Amino acid sequence: MAANAATEELELIEVGGGGGPRDAGFGRDDGGAPLIPQRIYFTGIWLALAAILMFFMGLTSSFVVRKGLSGDWVAFSFPRILWLNTAVLLASSLTIERARRALLRNELAGFRRWWRITTGLGLGFLAGQVIAWQELAAAGVYIASNPSSSFFYLLTAAHGIHLLGGLGALLWVGGRSASAYVRATPFTAVTVSSIYWHFMDGLWVFLVLLLFLGR
Amino acid sequence: MAAHAHPVVHEAPKGFIRKYIFSTDHKIIGIQYYLLALVSVFIGIILSLLMRLHLIAPTIDLPWFGQMTPEQYLALMTMHGTIMVFFVLTTAPQSGFGNYFLPIQIGAPDMAFPRLNMLSFWVTFAALIVMLAAFFVAGGPGGVAGGAPISGWTAYTPLSAIGPIAGPGLGMGQTLWILSLALFAGASLMGALNFITTTLDLRTKGMSLMRMPLTVWAWFVTAILALLGFAVLLGAGILLLLDRTAGTSFFVPAGLVVTDTQIPHKGGSPLLWQHLFWFFGHPEVYIAILPGMGVTSHILSTFSRKPIFGYRAMVYAIFAIALLGLSVWGHHMFVSGMSPYSALAFSLLTMSIGVPSAIKTFNWIGTLWGGQIRLTTAMLFAIGFVSLFVTGGLSGLFLAQPTVDLPLHDTYFVVGHFHMIMGVAAIFGIFAATYFWFPKMFGRFLNERIGKIHFWITFIGVYAIFMPMHFIGIFGHPRRYADTTAVQFLAQLDPVHTFMTVAAFITGAAQLLFLFNFFWGLWKGEKASDINPWKATSLEWTVPSPPPHDNFQGRFPTVYRGPYEYSVPGAAEDYTPQTAPDTGQPASRH
Repeated sequence: MAANAATEELELIEVGGGGGPRDAGFGRDDGGAPLIPQRIYFTGIWLALAAILMFFMGLTSSFVVRKGLSGDWVAFSFPRILWLNTAVLLASSLTIERARRALLRNELAGFRRWWRITTGLGLGFLAGQVIAWQELAAAGVYIASNPSSSFFYLLTAAHGIHLLGGLGALLWVGGRSASAYVRATPFTAVTVSSIYWHFMDGLWVFLVLLLFLGR
Repeated sequence: MAAHAHPVVHEAPKGFIRKYIFSTDHKIIGIQYYLLALVSVFIGIILSLLMRLHLIAPTIDLPWFGQMTPEQYLALMTMHGTIMVFFVLTTAPQSGFGNYFLPIQIGAPDMAFPRLNMLSFWVTFAALIVMLAAFFVAGGPGGVAGGAPISGWTAYTPLSAIGPIAGPGLGMGQTLWILSLALFAGASLMGALNFITTTLDLRTKGMSLMRMPLTVWAWFVTAILALLGFAVLLGAGILLLLDRTAGTSFFVPAGLVVTDTQIPHKGGSPLLWQHLFWFFGHPEVYIAILPGMGVTSHILSTFSRKPIFGYRAMVYAIFAIALLGLSVWGHHMFVSGMSPYSALAFSLLTMSIGVPSAIKTFNWIGTLWGGQIRLTTAMLFAIGFVSLFVTGGLSGLFLAQPTVDLPLHDTYFVVGHFHMIMGVAAIFGIFAATYFWFPKMFGRFLNERIGKIHFWITFIGVYAIFMPMHFIGIFGHPRRYADTTAVQFLAQLDPVHTFMTVAAFITGAAQLLFLFNFFWGLWKGEKASDINPWKATSLEWTVPSPPPHDNFQGRFPTVYRGPYEYSVPGAAEDYTPQTAPDTGQPASRH
């Protein structure tokens, strides 16, 4: 798991300290102020992803129940650009991983290049999603047209908003000064953003299959 | 990578706004949550008293508002339930006391994400404002209820999904209600994330999981439930909002005719809402009650001068209750026409919650058994919690069986049951915690004499209000009815209603005693000069009252033992703080 690899690089920020096995607490022998371990950010992101997963599983159950119970479900023509978007997002997972590994090897230029490419691919994906919506709207398929389209708009929008949050993180990390990358904290930000980004990627693959096969 | 050698002590923020309003200090945020709950609980009480008054005198003219209509009664019921469940029972025990004491009890300087913590509070605050705004919009039942919705705290579809045509308050009032819950859910998710991370990652040296006070275990497990439950409520709220505003039909069935109008939606499933809502709603019951269990364990041990009986069993029981609590939502839907096989599964799972609940009760009594019991006000409320938990829990076993639930479901029996267990038991947990921790939070004691009067009136009062509800429920008295005076067979229950209403007003008035005690205690209460007035063992009693900005003044404790080492044979005193080294002697902290 990415988190385990990341937690091994236990970095410390100034108010924190730490180390030691996870179940033994994190204080120091001399009774000084404890150092807050960087692993809080990894714990935090995994918990956030657990909540996001529950949110989407709730909507997925609704999808299954709503489709199974009703006789009014009508399939719509699936915008083909969604497959391109999927490819773009999958590619962005590869590029963000390249960026992260470049940073691990201390190759700042490589990190910045791949990070920018990832950001671009993320923006491209969102633009593609908007085009898919426009295609559907042009064909007269709106959110209220049919439960199939309701779920399509709802799930793509919910995923898009979450991805927008990830894009915000990418822009924030990418906007930091070059010297900041070599310090400990931004590396955590890079890894935490990547974990989130990969999750959004996997989630999209699940959603696009659900929407395509279940339409 | 670099572990910095010099520890950095948190500097306390200066200036009123940063220190008390937009504070990132978990203690201030805890107090903010507590005060939010305090305001909310009195609003909730006033709404309930108005309802009780209406039940015995339906034609009485209220000052300014005139006679209450049935729709207004339903709106008051909706807002009473919603405000109490979310802004009191979810807010005070978990977000209030949990925020204040979880970091201190595990030896941390603050929550893991202080700014996120501040954001959770202010989003909760916004949620309360949006909820209360429903009183002031147009299109409601009017009078004392203003624009509030009439759909109950569960907002069952389809009537909650189709707008104003379904009834008063179901236009703008209902929309605000959903928005408020969505905000509340978001805030709770942020809070839960913070609680879990803090517990996992910020424990001080020596504070292993099995040395954590049971309060911390309860807040931790509650946070897990909140993380899983509120995420689903948020999704459900969005679906409902789309049905109301975007013309979708997730919940509205085909062919629905309301007030002679064909509703244009089609094909949705009203039961889907119930499943989603109760998937959150049942864990919500445990979100309200688990922190009270933690506080009760903590206080019973402290004032019995005995270790908690079966610490590990208590921890496992909390987990068992939470785990089972996630899989029993269907017992709220036995009357929805579900398959008897599903009902059987939900029923068996529900009744199995009786096992960990009985373990907890047994261990509480085992803790009290043979102890040197000190009947402080906090102790009285903790014992009261056990009493109410047993009473409310036992009626739960009745309702867990579909065949018994069917006739009782829409009667006062259910009202009596959930008020006992989820309402007043949890409230007793809040009171116990307040009397116990007040000297630590504010450096002054609450008055014990007033506290004990408050306890006895409240304890007898809540039994007087809610026990008769079980009996009139078995008799067949339906719940949610604004006025049953015209129903002949219920007329003989009028004296019972009068009794409950009088009891409610007396109990409500006793809460003014608490309010007086609280504010008098803040400024005029006896000073808590001893940092450990109860001679307790956990870490919050090793720091000044109130604790400084980073809790431990830069000297973070090392923990050597579990949290309930009372009356250890051979020890010099009858309590051994968690920070006492392994000599068996209590550490001097003065």
